Amino acid sequence: MVIVRASIPRHLVIAMAILLVAVLAMSVYVWRMRGRAASLPVQATDSRPIAPPVAGPTEAVTLFVAHDDDGSLQAEGAQIPLPSGRQQRAEELLQALLTRYLDKGSHHPLGMGADVRSVFLVDPGLVVIDLNAAFADGHRSGILVEDLTVASLIHTISANISGVLRVKILVEGKERETLAGHADLSGFYDVTAVNQLAAELQAGQ
Amino acid sequence: MGARRAAGRKIVGENLIRPFATCSTSAVFPGLKRRAFRIASAFVALSTVVLLTIFLSGAATEKHLSVYSVAANYSLPLVQRNGRDYVGLLELLEPLGAVNARSDGDRWRLRYNNIAAEFTAGKTRAHIQGRETDLSAAFVLENGRGLVPVSSLTSIMPRFLGGPVTLHEDSGRLFVGSVATHFTASLAGENPPRLEFNFSAPVSPTVSTEPGSLRMTFSRDPVVAPASPTLTFGNKTIPSAIYSEGNGVAVITVNSAAPVMANFSNGGRTVTIAAASAAVQKTAPPNAQQTASVPAAAPAENSAPVARKYFAIVDASHGGDDHGETLSAGLLEKDVVLSLARSLRQELESRGISTLMLRDADTNLSLDQRAGVANATHAAVYIALHASSSGQGVRIYTAMLPYESASNDDRGPFRSWSTAQHTDIPTSQAAATSVAAEMQRRQIPERALIAPLRPLNNITVAALAVEVAPQSSDVAQLSAPDYQQLVTSAVATAIAATRNRRGATP
Repeated sequence: MVIVRASIPRHLVIAMAILLVAVLAMSVYVWRMRGRAASLPVQATDSRPIAPPVAGPTEAVTLFVAHDDDGSLQAEGAQIPLPSGRQQRAEELLQALLTRYLDKGSHHPLGMGADVRSVFLVDPGLVVIDLNAAFADGHRSGILVEDLTVASLIHTISANISGVLRVKILVEGKERETLAGHADLSGFYDVTAVNQLAAELQAGQ
Repeated sequence: MGARRAAGRKIVGENLIRPFATCSTSAVFPGLKRRAFRIASAFVALSTVVLLTIFLSGAATEKHLSVYSVAANYSLPLVQRNGRDYVGLLELLEPLGAVNARSDGDRWRLRYNNIAAEFTAGKTRAHIQGRETDLSAAFVLENGRGLVPVSSLTSIMPRFLGGPVTLHEDSGRLFVGSVATHFTASLAGENPPRLEFNFSAPVSPTVSTEPGSLRMTFSRDPVVAPASPTLTFGNKTIPSAIYSEGNGVAVITVNSAAPVMANFSNGGRTVTIAAASAAVQKTAPPNAQQTASVPAAAPAENSAPVARKYFAIVDASHGGDDHGETLSAGLLEKDVVLSLARSLRQELESRGISTLMLRDADTNLSLDQRAGVANATHAAVYIALHASSSGQGVRIYTAMLPYESASNDDRGPFRSWSTAQHTDIPTSQAAATSVAAEMQRRQIPERALIAPLRPLNNITVAALAVEVAPQSSDVAQLSAPDYQQLVTSAVATAIAATRNRRGATP
């Protein structure tokens, strides 16, 4: 009988030891971190400006602003500086809208740190609105209150920028099932249907 | 270039096998060096993966102790010290009475009602009410927090509470006094089979379904095992049910060969499991499917008055992990809509309208599942109930279809899922108008709107959502039975009027 003795190369033993130490260290780290969920709210660390300054001549636009007290959408005129590009115009329109919602005396307050990350115009007639997580996470839950937000965003864009047929709303660049438990974000909004909703909401309670 | 590559490979190969050159058996077994290298490499990779998996899975699952008592049912996290499960004694006693504790060096003094106790860090002996009590492991004192081994609770707790406790140590469940809920299970019928669970006290499990089984998880109910954990029924559709416990919960898993649903009755004491179709037939009229033959796209007012059965689905929105809106501290939308749904079912049935509730407990149901049942059962009307703290009165919603509606993605007899409602919008709006009119008649503030609200757009029958807000600023009104009954009776009256206009029979 021949007894075979094969020694493991030293560099493999070292590699194995390093890996085991690394695994143990990671395990201890994970164990210590367990339960320490990041409790800092998003808005506390979100220091971005609400509306970036835009230079240039101002234009008269119509913003459709939600009012929670009577559940209505009200057309309000505003003078805001608007760039020439359609995409930038859409972004500025939504920023102007957000400024109103984030004011202290807002009639339709949004959560702290709510922001529109970006707006994309994709031909033909598709607008993609990308909200930040604080917008959706801090949004109040309810069919009407979520309806008002969706109608306000979409109707403000479609009323001021021609040729918009459908709108997709994302959160942090990803599709989300609902805004805050009710308003469906999984599909594309038909601007015609939103216009009908906006007309119903403008009637108020 | 090819030769250089070949030379390179050779050099690399030599470098790799050089350490094996010392092996005295290499000449006898030339393949051994390479094989040993491969085995060692595989071992390193495997051990890394296994260790990572073990540690990470261990870190992800947190153990709990569920406590059941007459005063309160609650759950506490466990911590592991010296390979044993420990629990904070102060947290454990807090829901059961007045308790305070203070630490003094290694000593930890606790007073529960009039009973004083003293524990010493690192010691296995404690003094409770002047008597010595042995612990199964050393007492642990961490930052003023006293931890006792879970296995010692059977000796510690009776000293404080003055009565016996029962500990299921492996599953983390502690029963204070005689609070256990027992149950029996029996087949109530063979064809279609209905499995009835009768509990000795009301229960509210979380119900989830997956192919081949229905699972009831009792996290707040002191349900205990029957004589045998495996129950067999000798039925092909529902062959067996298994009771199990673990991490502070009890679970009853019903194995089934067909999709099944759970229905609660007898004040939460009876849970009936039946095949989904059978569950509907139980509450629906025998020929409820006839309503499917009605051209749904036709407006209700224009339909020919043909005698048809009229069958409603009431959907208490949200449920399970989905709480909906937090209406106020301790008042969740999912709970308010469940009691609203029960009230609406009663009102509809008192008007002769057979009703199926999609959930009658705190159950997880996806939007697709809700629409699936509504479509499969061929109900005449689907009513989703929501509650809101904002605004006043009642809002009635019909579907706002997504963009795809313009392109009409229907294929032959199949309808596009996202716009399945489009041919039924006239009947939905007729029902919504009827509900709004009835609210007006009863002087309840109302509003009819469209909304991008699933699953309304996925449903192939008349579908509406009713969102109930308080009449004043007092959110507590939402859970008041008289207000709920005022709203649900108005909805039921309006639905009955719609049925009568369609010429359907009760």
